[in-house]
Amino acid sequence: MKTKETQLSLTNRLLTSDGAISVLVVLLGFLVGTVLVALVGKNPLNMYKAILQALSGFNVDNGKMNIRYIGETLNYSVPFILCGLAMAFAARAGLFNIGGEGQYIMGLTVAQVIALLGPQISILHWVLAIIGAMVAGAFWGGIVGILKAKYEVSEVVSTIMLNYIALYVSRIISLQLPGATTYKTENFPKTALLNNSFFQTITNNSMLNNGFFLMIIALLVYWFIMEKTNLGFGLRATGFNKEAARCSGIPVIKSISISMAIAGAFAGLAGGIVALGSFRYGRVLSGMDNYGFNGIAVALVGNSTALGTMLAGFLFGLLKNSQALMQGKQIPKEITFIIQGLIVVFIALRSAIAIYLAWLNKRQLQKEVLNS
Amino acid sequence: MNTLIGMLPSILMIVSPILITAVGGMISEKSGVVNIALEGLMGVGACAAASAHVLMESAGLGTPSIWLSLAIGASIGGLFSLIHAVAAINLNADQTISGTGINLLADGATIFVAQILFNADRTREFRMGMQTDRLGIYPTAYIAIAVVVIAWFVLYKLPFGMHLRACGEHPHAADSVGINVKRIRYIAVLTSGLLAGLAGGCIVLTQTIQYTSNTINGRGFIALAAVSFGRWRPVGVTFAAFLFGTAQAFAIIANNFPSLRVLPSEVFNILPYVITLIALVVFSGKNYAPRANGKPYFKGAS
Repeated sequence: MKTKETQLSLTNRLLTSDGAISVLVVLLGFLVGTVLVALVGKNPLNMYKAILQALSGFNVDNGKMNIRYIGETLNYSVPFILCGLAMAFAARAGLFNIGGEGQYIMGLTVAQVIALLGPQISILHWVLAIIGAMVAGAFWGGIVGILKAKYEVSEVVSTIMLNYIALYVSRIISLQLPGATTYKTENFPKTALLNNSFFQTITNNSMLNNGFFLMIIALLVYWFIMEKTNLGFGLRATGFNKEAARCSGIPVIKSISISMAIAGAFAGLAGGIVALGSFRYGRVLSGMDNYGFNGIAVALVGNSTALGTMLAGFLFGLLKNSQALMQGKQIPKEITFIIQGLIVVFIALRSAIAIYLAWLNKRQLQKEVLNS
Repeated sequence: MNTLIGMLPSILMIVSPILITAVGGMISEKSGVVNIALEGLMGVGACAAASAHVLMESAGLGTPSIWLSLAIGASIGGLFSLIHAVAAINLNADQTISGTGINLLADGATIFVAQILFNADRTREFRMGMQTDRLGIYPTAYIAIAVVVIAWFVLYKLPFGMHLRACGEHPHAADSVGINVKRIRYIAVLTSGLLAGLAGGCIVLTQTIQYTSNTINGRGFIALAAVSFGRWRPVGVTFAAFLFGTAQAFAIIANNFPSLRVLPSEVFNILPYVITLIALVVFSGKNYAPRANGKPYFKGAS
């Protein structure tokens, strides 16, 4: 009897632990993805070989090692983690920020403008561009916050609208930049680029750049604001219970606006880093980069904590970097998108666990009543 | 004026799928389930219809292939929306998360299928799309009008429609008079999936010759905007879809008008989204949305 009780509490504890469920959800996503690859007659092993190579740089097929893959994986992770923070920060305040994509695009656009038109002084140039990107993202997120706080416009609808407004505004602006064709502008001056020759040397010429440092700083800032400041406490309280927070003197309207602006700054930073770190020229976007949308998944898998978001962001960066390798092994690279989508769907289905636990409790109660 | 009338067929071509999808989204929200997966469902339907049409066309099936493909697109859209239905209705999941998941999943699944079937990141081109009638209008316009009229009739003239609206306004009251809330919400979500899939097929068969990752390009979200801008009513949604569709059409054909050429075409692309945002602000406070929209229904809890 005793052992059965402890067993039950163990599963209970696993099912109520957010971290354990995230791991389970990711595993389920991979499992279904693997089955799918096998079903269409491809060898799932090739998929994992590609992922291993993107993770460690080790090529199983010829035994060669190329450390560049590790650098690329880290570099791809940066925007995922930052867009994850954009979603997570808002989520902590009880808001669903689907607008990471738009905030990212505004950051990217302003970074491109400053890179092409700003003063060409080393370091100062890219620092200015990055600050501009963050301000642009904060502005774009702040609009959502004000609309929500003042006019009770659902942030889900307004962020979706602002994503597409951002895309077309970005096109209008980028098409006016020097040397703009239908898809790119002229090259950025060297002073605007984020590349870091030390990183390039140790990772065999990967694209890894100073954006990596900025991401680490952003993670620390996120953790600090959330766990250590009054602002973070107020935000979390607003997220838990808006009315209770208002009654205990927390300025809810201000909280909502500020949290959306800070969330936007994270996504804007991601846009600036991608613009100046991964490209040598400004882009005239023809569609979404999807970092913002995937940031939603990253934050959900990471349970909106700093550490969880970082780990989930690495996973998504890893998948992105393994796409080209998969394609080379006859595995359609879209399987990674499918796995990411499945992970989010499974997170939505997580609510089933609560129903299961309630049912379990009820049954145990019935048993106890019958036994006594 | 003559040029405007000349443009009418192309405007109708662009409006029809947006309208069909928006009506589906409206039905789903009327029953109390928000469906932001419309974009993904359109993509799935478009990809299925394009693939089916290419395969059946090369198998020698002529005109019937187009109609069969439309039906297949609609069914696959409906099938996909089942995920949303199970998550939102049976498991009380967060509807925004599940919708986002379906959108991401559809992005990958459609191109994955194209890779498997055609070895490319897009479906193979088909030779013959849908044909216009004597007035130069595609049949999709008539389908759209039929969908609106039927939806209005069912929602406002049949007991079933009243039951459906009751589920979106006050599911507990509906339940207490013996309406099966879950069943009705299932039907509503499935309908939105079928219509979004159908609309995806309409886009592929009238506006292009293959499915690519850019085929839908935000039109599902425009439909979603049309639902709120149209205040969850058939007439309003129709008006909104026409307005937004016309703006989209202008983005493509503004070049025919010297006076409009000074504006970047992107201005017209932005219009639907900006109009919706402004409308949401102006109408704020007056809540037109179904009251239980987006909230899971717990039987017994009050």
